[in-house]
Amino acid sequence: MSSWRLRILFFIALLAAWEALFRLRLWPSYVFPSMSSVGASLVAGVADGSYPLAITISLRRILVGYGLSLVIGIPLGLLLGRVKSVQDTLGSIVLGLQALPSICWLPLALLWFGLSEKAIMFVVVMGAVLSVTLSTADGVHNTPPLYLRAARTMGARGLQLYTGVILPAALPAILSGMKLGWSFAWRSLMAGELLYVSLGLGQLLTMGRELNDMSQVIAVMLVIIAIGLLADRAVFAPVERRVRERWGLQPAR
Amino acid sequence: MKLELRSVSKTFQTRRGNTPALQDITLDVAAGEFVCLLGPSGCGKSTLLNIVAGLEKPDTGEVRMNAQPVTEPGRDRVLIFQEAALFPWLNVRDNVAFGLAAVGVPRSERMAKADRYLQIVRLGSFKKAFVHELSGGMKQRVALARALALEPEVLLMDEPFAALDAQTRDSLHDELQDIWAQTGKTILFVTHNVREALVLGDRVLLMSARPGRIKREFHCELPRPRHIEDHALVDATRAVLADLREEVLAAAQAEVEHERLSS
Repeated sequence: MSSWRLRILFFIALLAAWEALFRLRLWPSYVFPSMSSVGASLVAGVADGSYPLAITISLRRILVGYGLSLVIGIPLGLLLGRVKSVQDTLGSIVLGLQALPSICWLPLALLWFGLSEKAIMFVVVMGAVLSVTLSTADGVHNTPPLYLRAARTMGARGLQLYTGVILPAALPAILSGMKLGWSFAWRSLMAGELLYVSLGLGQLLTMGRELNDMSQVIAVMLVIIAIGLLADRAVFAPVERRVRERWGLQPAR
Repeated sequence: MKLELRSVSKTFQTRRGNTPALQDITLDVAAGEFVCLLGPSGCGKSTLLNIVAGLEKPDTGEVRMNAQPVTEPGRDRVLIFQEAALFPWLNVRDNVAFGLAAVGVPRSERMAKADRYLQIVRLGSFKKAFVHELSGGMKQRVALARALALEPEVLLMDEPFAALDAQTRDSLHDELQDIWAQTGKTILFVTHNVREALVLGDRVLLMSARPGRIKREFHCELPRPRHIEDHALVDATRAVLADLREEVLAAAQAEVEHERLSS
């Protein structure tokens, strides 16, 4: 049996089990809603425009925040990977800060920026930027010395070594850092929106809880999962696969 | 054109103390000459090429190219490595054009030159291929084309065929002799393979190990193109091998000695 068919069968069985459990009526519906009520909640949320609005707002935040962390993280990583004194100083801070879950920046961000978009953006950036920086630094650091010697013997120097050799050689590592950074950014954003309510998917989730509306809670969770998966499968995975194939890190399919 | 090495010495600092890599190497290479540096592994022959390429600096002594001291890499001397060191993110043609881009040759000219040198190494139909699609021998030919495209006066080749299978290596020997005859390049070729040195070189310099010194010089005047199985070549090989064997033994001895002293 193909793995796709197996997967589809598995999900059908899972949904059937859900419906069967619901019909046993072991728990009240605000604890364990039916599949159909979650579906209805999804449809209603899309129809009244509240889901599209929340999705738009959350996506805008993550795109800006994630974009910022790439703009900061990649150059910082290039520096960390190439300049020993930066590695020795800034490098230890970056490593240390990675031990701090990004949502722990929220209180600080609220005090600095107040209840504003900036605060939540700050948390998103702090969530993503470190992994982008570290992966970039790693990729730069692991540039095969032979590539650099080859480029130098052909007369490349200075900036040409960066743009012509180091950056492309580090691209697979940068991409996996970008992928990791995206998922951290997404988590940070959701955590931030949950704690500090102001539109977005996280707020819909909080609202569901406050209204005792478990169907909405699950429906929004499904939306959050779907967006996360979509970014990974539709954007990162194909790009990463193509790059790894071309770089000879993985056999072509 | 003339490449001159004057009393070049180099010592590496390692954890176990100083390892002399090269001692007092003096050598002249004339324009168009094919010189092979032959020696056991660890005799510093790669270091010598790196110094000529300008990738490393000698501790004492000097390298001069056309009477100018060599202090940094330059496109008049291009080094080819044991591994092809092609860039996997570029296709074959862009790889060959890489060095030209680095020195600012305009794109159309770059592509034309890349195509011409890919023809010379008989890979004209592979210009759109990517590196991971090539065999080891093809990669080395691309590396050769990439170096030739810069139109250097001197090709420095650091055991470029050592990782290839015997058949591929033999055919590359033919090609390299062809290219050398066509282009009149000066070639300084490092190898630990006696027969390879005699197939390729006008002059074969036998190096001793640790510290690397030029111990003997052989002139090989056998007619070209030479092949690894030619009778005359096999005979010549025998004489050189006897000398080299002495060196290998001495190197092993030195290693044991070094070990004993440092423990």
